[in-house]
Amino acid sequence: MTLEGKVPAGPLAEKWDRRQQEMKLISPANKGKFTILVVGTGLAGASAAATLGELGYRVEAFCFQDSPRRGHSIEAQGGINAAKNYPNDGDSIFRLFYDTIKGGDFRSREANVYRLAMLSNAIIDQCVAQGVPFARDYAGYLDNRSFGGAQVSRTFYARGQTGQQLLLGAYGALSRQVGAGTVRLHPRSEMLDLVGVEGEAKGIIVRDLVTGHITPYAGDAVCLCTGGYANVYYLSTNAMGSNVTAAYRAYKRGAFFANACFMQIHPTCIPASGDHQSKLTLMSESLRNDGRVWVPKTKGDRRNPAEIPEAERDYFLERRYPGFGNLAPRDIASRAAKKVCDEGRGAGPGGRGVYLDFADALGLLGEENIRGRYGNLFEMYEKITGENAYRQPMRIYPAPHYSMGGLWVDYNLESTIPGLFVLGEANFSDHGANRLGASALMQGLADGYFIIPRTIAHYLAQTTPGRVKADHPDFRKCGEEVNIQINSLLSVKGRKTATEFHRELGKIMWDLVGMERNEDGLRKALRLIPELRNEFWENVSIPGSGTGLNQELEKAGRVADFLELGELMALDALHREESCGGHFRSEHQMPDGEACRDDASCCYVAAWQFRGDDREPELHKEPLSFENIELSERCYK
Amino acid sequence: MNLNLYIWRQKGPDDQGRLVRYEARDITTEMSFLEMLDVVNEQLVKNAEEPIAFDHDCREGICGTCAQVINGVPHGPREKTTVCQLHMRHFSDGDSIYIEPLRARAFPVIKDLVVDRGALDRIIQSGGYISVHTGGVPDANTVLIPKDDAEAAMDAAECIGCGACAAACPNGSAMLFTASKVAHLALLPQGRVDAARRVCMMTETMREEGFGNCGNHYECQAVCPKGIKVHFIAKLNREFIKAQAKHLSGKSKKT
Ligand SMILES: Cc1cc2nc3c(=O)[nH]c(=O)nc-3n(C[C@H](O)[C@H](O)[C@H](O)COP(=O)(O)OP(=O)(O)OC[C@H]3O[C@@H](n4cnc5c(N)ncnc54)[C@H](O)[C@@H]3O)c2cc1C
Ligand code: FES
Repeated sequence: MTLEGKVPAGPLAEKWDRRQQEMKLISPANKGKFTILVVGTGLAGASAAATLGELGYRVEAFCFQDSPRRGHSIEAQGGINAAKNYPNDGDSIFRLFYDTIKGGDFRSREANVYRLAMLSNAIIDQCVAQGVPFARDYAGYLDNRSFGGAQVSRTFYARGQTGQQLLLGAYGALSRQVGAGTVRLHPRSEMLDLVGVEGEAKGIIVRDLVTGHITPYAGDAVCLCTGGYANVYYLSTNAMGSNVTAAYRAYKRGAFFANACFMQIHPTCIPASGDHQSKLTLMSESLRNDGRVWVPKTKGDRRNPAEIPEAERDYFLERRYPGFGNLAPRDIASRAAKKVCDEGRGAGPGGRGVYLDFADALGLLGEENIRGRYGNLFEMYEKITGENAYRQPMRIYPAPHYSMGGLWVDYNLESTIPGLFVLGEANFSDHGANRLGASALMQGLADGYFIIPRTIAHYLAQTTPGRVKADHPDFRKCGEEVNIQINSLLSVKGRKTATEFHRELGKIMWDLVGMERNEDGLRKALRLIPELRNEFWENVSIPGSGTGLNQELEKAGRVADFLELGELMALDALHREESCGGHFRSEHQMPDGEACRDDASCCYVAAWQFRGDDREPELHKEPLSFENIELSERCYK
Repeated sequence: MNLNLYIWRQKGPDDQGRLVRYEARDITTEMSFLEMLDVVNEQLVKNAEEPIAFDHDCREGICGTCAQVINGVPHGPREKTTVCQLHMRHFSDGDSIYIEPLRARAFPVIKDLVVDRGALDRIIQSGGYISVHTGGVPDANTVLIPKDDAEAAMDAAECIGCGACAAACPNGSAMLFTASKVAHLALLPQGRVDAARRVCMMTETMREEGFGNCGNHYECQAVCPKGIKVHFIAKLNREFIKAQAKHLSGKSKKT
């Protein structure tokens, strides 16, 4: 099977317009005959559901939280990019496009990324119109800040809570449609399978998390907006509930999974404090604007940081990357931190941490100014660690943060299953092998507000509305399979908790499929993960039953899918014989330890097709061609 | 440290519910409150007993999912701190801790510490937004917003919708929640257009959902994990009176 990216012909800047011209429309009178199932109500899902509702479609929207306002998007702190060039510092659509492609280490589709940059400005306009209180300057104009991997200020922000404010904007728009009756909301509902009828996505199977009822929902198309899978590492910056279940089950029904191994490890997170640790907290990247990253020069130096004299400190990012210094991109900064800790020079408990020191900035700008810039972050740091970062350096360590990989989609955001569209972090599309800061929010909203309303119409226009109903035999079959899986989980009655398995999986993933990978380690992971999975199915303990609220059952179902996904990630990492972005293979590095990308043989998207539980998935390659920019070494020195 | 926990267990909406005593052993000061509950739950699951159900997601104090009443106070003893951000270093060995669900007429208990806060969503659905369609809006810098206004709107917009305010209020009022949304949007020029309709619809829905009225106790402000101030309730009241006056003078139709 050849993977058809369906990129429109013509010059880069005209492609999206051309596609919009080519696509079919649906008349206002007919839109109400179509039902669209939107799974997930984070930024991507809420914006999609709201916009589709406004257009007159009938929308059913699902999320597992008790309210759409709680989607994981709410956690985003730093900001959202747009090529407005308000500060007049030389930004443009082309520059945002270029930075995003380069930041992604040349592993994304040119046309998609260009469209994203083009739509970025309309997103800001839309959010302001909704009442998102972005930061302003004294003249009342919108303010911008800078972010890693860019040399212009293009990031819009709302204090340290940009994701919250954007999501509340989208949630407002969604709520308006719920009030208007175009969108029906299903909170505390988890999609457990995708129903395909004659090869097209026509519905989903959903478990009501309060009653335990399994219900089939039929629709004319399905949008998965279910977020990322960094929780495969157990500890990550993601919300506790973030999971891969919806995407993974769609993969098992025929949607290809692309670039599974591209995982972003964020450099500035609060280190774990012990085995009880349940999640890791991100400290916004913006801290690196004023904080200096260092470790002691000597191995095993356990002195209090204040007692370590200047000459005995190693400011390793400034030393290795004088051009970008402490603002080196995430993958590079994370790897550098891991390296010094592996050398035994780490700080804090277990030597798993590096200092992020504000002493110079405090001296230069004063405590008041630093408080103004980062007050809420310093407060959060103190709540968690009990330490005062105005008096002593913060300790930070890298943590899994964002999955660039995801379900494969073409230019129209349609997966390999017709009628199944994938939006936001759940798809693989725009960030290549590494995502730049402040670009995920942009992508989720571009997908939801502006792309899907156009492309889904084109698909729907070629179908008959309401053709398949939920009493179709394929729904019954799929629902039965879901019930069987739930019952087999409940009937194991073993002795280990789902969390214990999750933690063990996380350790395998972090050690062997983490920041640095090599062939031996990956082969070992490919042995260990199936072993752990077998043990899981023989020894997991889930008290209670399938009826009513059962949080252990929810957890176990998600862990079961992570236990399969981990293997796919290892397989993908093993096959990709190069280092690029978040994927660093120690066999492929320059003499100075920098990543060695292989454009001659690895410039493609790896899309995996499921072929059954006992068979290795089949690899399909979508070649990436760069017609508008030159492939270059990604240098930040 | 070791702790005595008295935790509300309730099988479902129709069950009476009761406090059950648990011991939490070997708790370290670095743990968060929810991680302490994780430890208890892990032990229960290992003994094939049903763990304590509680809501949580981000564990960063921003999603508003977690909210429990700890020793009588929603979100517990620390100011401006959600349960998930509360750490065990603020407790001592041998402490007895009472943990209950948020209690308000409009928040029926689903199970143990989990309550249904759908009423808050319905308040928003009745008008807590600006009525704008996607697309066709002007450039973001067309409307200038004085920095102070933008900051004040943001102060109100920080609400995480956890519902602690309603649970702390002797009248079970969701006034602080509603006011923060009304004020956030009313403080911005974009939000003025449907301000009158918004405040009327939202307060009406609040009443219908079974929330009480504000009696100026200010318990809501005391427990709000985001430090949202009661002066926004005054703002809501002003908006409401303005809207009524407008309505009476026939300048605007109430829809
Ligand atoms: C701490 C943190 C800070 C960040 N900061 C930034 C930033 O400053 N700028 C930036 O651009 N990006 C940032 N990101 C990344 C960004 O927040 C996410 O990539 C983005 O919000 C993902 O949005 P989404 O809509 O795709 O998915 P999510 O917001 O994760 O939403 C997923 C939705 O799917 C639902 N769901 C999942 N599975 C199921 C299922 N099986 N059934 C039913 N529903 C389901 C959930 O309920 C939820 O509604 C940050 C990420 C983290 C973790
Ligand atoms: S879990 Fe999100 S605020 Fe506590």
